[in-house]
Amino acid sequence: MLKDITLGQYFPGNTLAHRLDPRTKILLVVLYIVALFCATGLVSYGVMALTLAVCVRISKVGFRQLVRGLKPVLFILIFTLVLNLFFTSGEPYLFEWGVLHVSYAGLRNAFFMVLRIMLLIMGTFLMTYTTSPISLTDGLEQLLNWMKKLHVPVHELAMIMSIALRFIPTLIEETDKIMSAQKARGADFESGNLIQKARAMLPILVPLFVSALRRAEELATAMECRCYHGGEGRTKLHVLRYQRRDYIALAGGVVILAVVLVLRQFGI
Amino acid sequence: MNSIIRTDELRFSYTTAEGVAPVVLDGVSLEIEEGSFVAVLGHNGSGKSTLAKTFNAVLLPTDGQVLVEGMDTRDESLLLDIRRTVGMVFQNPDNQIVANVVEEDVAFAPENLGVPTEEIRKRVDDALAAVRMSQFVTHAPHLLSGGQKQRVAIAGVIAMEPACIVLDEATAMLDPIGRQEVLSTIHRLNREKGITVVLITHHMNEAEEADRVIVMNDGRVAMDGTPQAVFSQVERLRDMGLTVPDTVDLLDRLRRDGVDVPLDALTVEACAAAICAALG
Amino acid sequence: MKPILEIQHLTHTYGIGTPFQRSAVEDMSFEVYEGEFLGIIGHTGSGKSTLIQHLNGLLKPTEGQILLGGRDIWAEPKKIRDVRFRVGLVFQYPEYQLFEETVYKDIAFGPTNQGKTGEELDHCVRESARLVGVRDDQLEKSPFELSGGQKRRVALAGVLAMEPEVLILDEPTAGLDPAGRENLMANIRDYHRNKGNTIILVSHSMDEIAQNVDRILVLKDAHILMSGAPAEVFARGEELISAGLDVPQITRVAMALRARGLDVDPAVYTVEALERQLLALRKGGAPC
Repeated sequence: MLKDITLGQYFPGNTLAHRLDPRTKILLVVLYIVALFCATGLVSYGVMALTLAVCVRISKVGFRQLVRGLKPVLFILIFTLVLNLFFTSGEPYLFEWGVLHVSYAGLRNAFFMVLRIMLLIMGTFLMTYTTSPISLTDGLEQLLNWMKKLHVPVHELAMIMSIALRFIPTLIEETDKIMSAQKARGADFESGNLIQKARAMLPILVPLFVSALRRAEELATAMECRCYHGGEGRTKLHVLRYQRRDYIALAGGVVILAVVLVLRQFGI
Repeated sequence: MNSIIRTDELRFSYTTAEGVAPVVLDGVSLEIEEGSFVAVLGHNGSGKSTLAKTFNAVLLPTDGQVLVEGMDTRDESLLLDIRRTVGMVFQNPDNQIVANVVEEDVAFAPENLGVPTEEIRKRVDDALAAVRMSQFVTHAPHLLSGGQKQRVAIAGVIAMEPACIVLDEATAMLDPIGRQEVLSTIHRLNREKGITVVLITHHMNEAEEADRVIVMNDGRVAMDGTPQAVFSQVERLRDMGLTVPDTVDLLDRLRRDGVDVPLDALTVEACAAAICAALG
Repeated sequence: MKPILEIQHLTHTYGIGTPFQRSAVEDMSFEVYEGEFLGIIGHTGSGKSTLIQHLNGLLKPTEGQILLGGRDIWAEPKKIRDVRFRVGLVFQYPEYQLFEETVYKDIAFGPTNQGKTGEELDHCVRESARLVGVRDDQLEKSPFELSGGQKRRVALAGVLAMEPEVLILDEPTAGLDPAGRENLMANIRDYHRNKGNTIILVSHSMDEIAQNVDRILVLKDAHILMSGAPAEVFARGEELISAGLDVPQITRVAMALRARGLDVDPAVYTVEALERQLLALRKGGAPC
């Protein structure tokens, strides 16, 4: 059933990785990404991989779950690999095969690019695995608060995101119901060519749309009735406060970035 | 007694693209007393839901006025005060829950009102305790039953500390257990916290224990009185497309058969007692 | 009586192999007879929804079998669509499944999938619209312009147009007002009387079940708690109440009268029947 799909991919827990302030985690991921793109050689990549390994260990998220996260991007990984392997110019060729050739530089590039993407994805997933969508939204809103001065509707965007998260399970359940109801009228979603299949989706999409609009309207009224009037003057049930552990974690992140930058000077 | 809501010659019609649609409310004047439990009945299209929506300025009168604790609902500067005085619970539980954690949802209204954090915490805990949902503080609302969702919605309203709660067909989509949960919750809030309750419904049985029943028909108040007084007018109710509780139906038939029973024994026990007294 | 549906040791388990594993229906066996009006009652979570979705092959049994006219409906999985045409299922709040531009086209969706065309299709659509009280002038309107009650009728017509041998209705009157409820049930009773087809009515409302069906199946916690004619089931009123189920209000009055020593049949469930009994008692001069 559609309902069984887990969304947000959050694994509740109470490890240090879970307890860190969401803002800290977002900032750490940013530092991590910057460091990844600054890494140039085997040693710096080694430092990054080690960092990730330590974080995974702390979070108690299974390594297998992280690797599973790579599945959807497998295509991109292979594409990157092929592109770098065969189309990096540079002599000498390690071997040639018709127009295709593999140089030493190509091999090196391919290896590091794939490693970079893998580390990047696993690192970001580690954050979503250990942070609930709602606190992630909260953290983002707080972090981007300064942009309000530039008239960026930060609060509204965060509200949109959290309402979307709230309604995803409801709409999935609804889709499930509508599908069953149309199947009961003999709808066929499996056979036929692409165009027929697309047409067969109409009986699901139209009711889903109509219902989503109705829900939106009712929700807006309900929110107004509960005195919602934008982000101005709003207080919070949960106020984010940086703890000692957040400062330590952030300092750790900065140190690792610094290390990578130093290693970069030596090209390793 | 003070009235918490007062309507004077209230009229309302929806404006549509083609002009003005038929009148939905056609001169409604009534007062809702503070602390009372009022049930508003009527068939679909009788105007009962529209009436409810004028009580906290979701809809504004086309003509006439609605006063909430003396505040005119058309005065935009009073909007937040009106809405925090009269809270609203709607029909579809899924479409009024905002957050994906129960406590966050209950906190929504106080957050909007700028209540300090410590105070919000207290209000959330108290509200959830009042609807007996404390054990679900950190649950995801979409995994709750219909009755539980509506209780969370009620808690979300109580957290504003309103003087009055309006339930706009809030039990219509629930199963009998869920309906019972919601009813006993609002009766308790009415009794223990003195919150005024306006219950819009088309389930006649839900009105049995109200202090007062108002029957709407064609945009007007057709009947207004105690449940006993209203439900004993069997013919009039049927003419308006409403039913009477089976207890009243039975008593009505027995009276026509020449058995001397009163018509105002609404509950099962009262009905049985009345029959025994008449036959004995 | 000939069974049209035979449910044999039906079990359905959700989430096998996860910590959330749960049987919504467990080893359930019963028969539905040709032409009968069967009521199924039970709480949310008693297994009703899961059960009825098996009867037209929307769900596949984890264990057990469903026989339709003596044949296992899953004998040829490719032909499961034919089962859905023969066993029509109207879901709760069916108005939310309307999608076509006109009422006519929406009602025609099912029969078109069946392969009906031309005169036959037109006849099916108009006939089923008439059965549920959708007027001719409404057929060319958009279904989204209609009132809630009318939408529900259109959705019901959309299933009737497939001319199913068995019609399953899941809470057909949920959310309607008393007059709307009574009208719709009257339409359904007429349909049953005229066509003589089998109907399965799923409802929370004991009163609605009591007034319409020949036989009741009471479900509780994935099992059948009781089954029998309404009088037989309501005679066990105390048992129903202790199982957390409702009994018709009139049955409760009868129970209260008995508690006061009045000799009325505890299995009574309609106002008329209790009225008759009380009048008979008055003649006999029975004291409380």
